[in-house]
Amino acid sequence: MQSILPLTLEDIEIRRNGKRLLGPVSWVLDGAGISILMGPNGSGKTTFLRAMHGIERISGGRIRWAAQAPEVQQAQAFVFQAPIMMRRTVRDSIAYPLRLRGVSRAQARSAAEEWAARVGLGAALARPAMVLSGGEKQKLALARALVTAPQLLFLDEPCANLDGRATHDIEHILQDACKAGTRVVMSTHDIGQARRLADDVLFLHDGRLLETAPKDQFFTRPATPEGAAFLKGDLLL
Amino acid sequence: MAAKLAVSLDGELVEITIRSLQVTITATLIAALIGLPLGAWLAVSRFPARRYIIALLNALMGLPPVVVGLIVYILLSRAGPFGVLGLLFTPTAMVIAQVIIITPLIASIAHQAMRELWADYRDLLISLNATRMQRIATLVWDGRRTLLTAKLAGFGRGIGEVGAIMIVGGNIDNATRVLTTAIALETGKGDFALALALGFILIGLAVAVNLGIHMLSRTEQGSLW
Ligand SMILES: Nc1ncnc2c1ncn2[C@@H]1O[C@H](COP(=O)(O)OP(=O)(O)OP(=O)(O)O)[C@@H](O)[C@H]1O
Ligand SMILES: [Mg+2]
Repeated sequence: MQSILPLTLEDIEIRRNGKRLLGPVSWVLDGAGISILMGPNGSGKTTFLRAMHGIERISGGRIRWAAQAPEVQQAQAFVFQAPIMMRRTVRDSIAYPLRLRGVSRAQARSAAEEWAARVGLGAALARPAMVLSGGEKQKLALARALVTAPQLLFLDEPCANLDGRATHDIEHILQDACKAGTRVVMSTHDIGQARRLADDVLFLHDGRLLETAPKDQFFTRPATPEGAAFLKGDLLL
Repeated sequence: MAAKLAVSLDGELVEITIRSLQVTITATLIAALIGLPLGAWLAVSRFPARRYIIALLNALMGLPPVVVGLIVYILLSRAGPFGVLGLLFTPTAMVIAQVIIITPLIASIAHQAMRELWADYRDLLISLNATRMQRIATLVWDGRRTLLTAKLAGFGRGIGEVGAIMIVGGNIDNATRVLTTAIALETGKGDFALALALGFILIGLAVAVNLGIHMLSRTEQGSLW
């Protein structure tokens, strides 16, 4: 399948009710690895990820992909900040994206079972997704995103509210997916997680992309006072 | 006395009861087939005329059954546009009238339920690039237990309805007489015992269907999967 990357953002801007939530932001997403989006609450991380994924209407600027519309949509997946659970069993939830693409029920289910096992939900296949714990829901959302083998995966704070064990599991799955060729872009509040996972860091503040830098550079020599203050854990006022 | 009559399973009573069930269950199924996807479609779509369709649906919900009966009667009568079909005073005519009465109710209740589910699913289904048909199918399937309520309400409205089926069915003995029209007739004749017996059956049916569906849906997990 043709690569949908690079993704080119040219001065994209998002305004709602006269308020600027994001931008103007320009960025090129290409290559391999994990990009981590950081920034304080309300800095626009979720909005930025949704805009790239194409589910947030942009008020200005341009988004360009290297492929055409249907492929671009099919080749990416999104894991939401609050996992969305369907009124289905774990097995049928993970199989769902494949079913939408016309994969047979039997094939979709066996792929779902494989992914459930990989994320540690092998014993929960027949349980309603709604009754899973918070960490299990995140794992289900991750399996549901990866089951289609996306070229590009967006995750919005996938480990918020998870304990160390679950966080570790999810980071491991992400690193595996990355090795298997999936380009990952995720937001996190957890500086430790960013240090562990990131190849490069994007620092967002008040809707503006203040820094894009390789991990080591951002953590040792942040280029802006806001970035430095964020790393020091100061409240950015 | 009335209870005894009802329990004795008089042949005619059984026949009337079965006919009532046939007409209303058929009408409910057809109305569900139309109303559930319609409700889901209204929930997932955003277009200017949507508000008017919803308003129309609510207006239709309040349509007096007698008027529906009258309109269906005119359409099906020998001089009407569908007169050649010869459907007037048949159970089919009664089903048609009930479908018209029940569908807006089912669609409206389904729309409410589907709106909540859509608010939940919206981001996911858009992210997964589901087509409109897939969105509707997903909502109807995942909401199927909640949607039982809509079907139940439709059945309840149909089984107790008398005005429309009296007009288009004609309350003909051995052909189109159902529980409600029989009650009206017997009450008119002054046979309160028989009328009451029929009434008990009607109530019994409503309670039985509700209980059955209640048990089927195992309410505790009902909305979870
Ligand atoms: N539809 C909307 N209308 C108006 N304001 C909005 C809308 N959506 C988001 N916002 C605002 O945009 C800003 C950025 O929100 P966003 O969710 O992108 O931040 P975030 O960086 O993801 O925050 P958090 O770390 O808390 O998840 C916030 O101030 C939020 O209140
Ligand atoms: Mg957010």
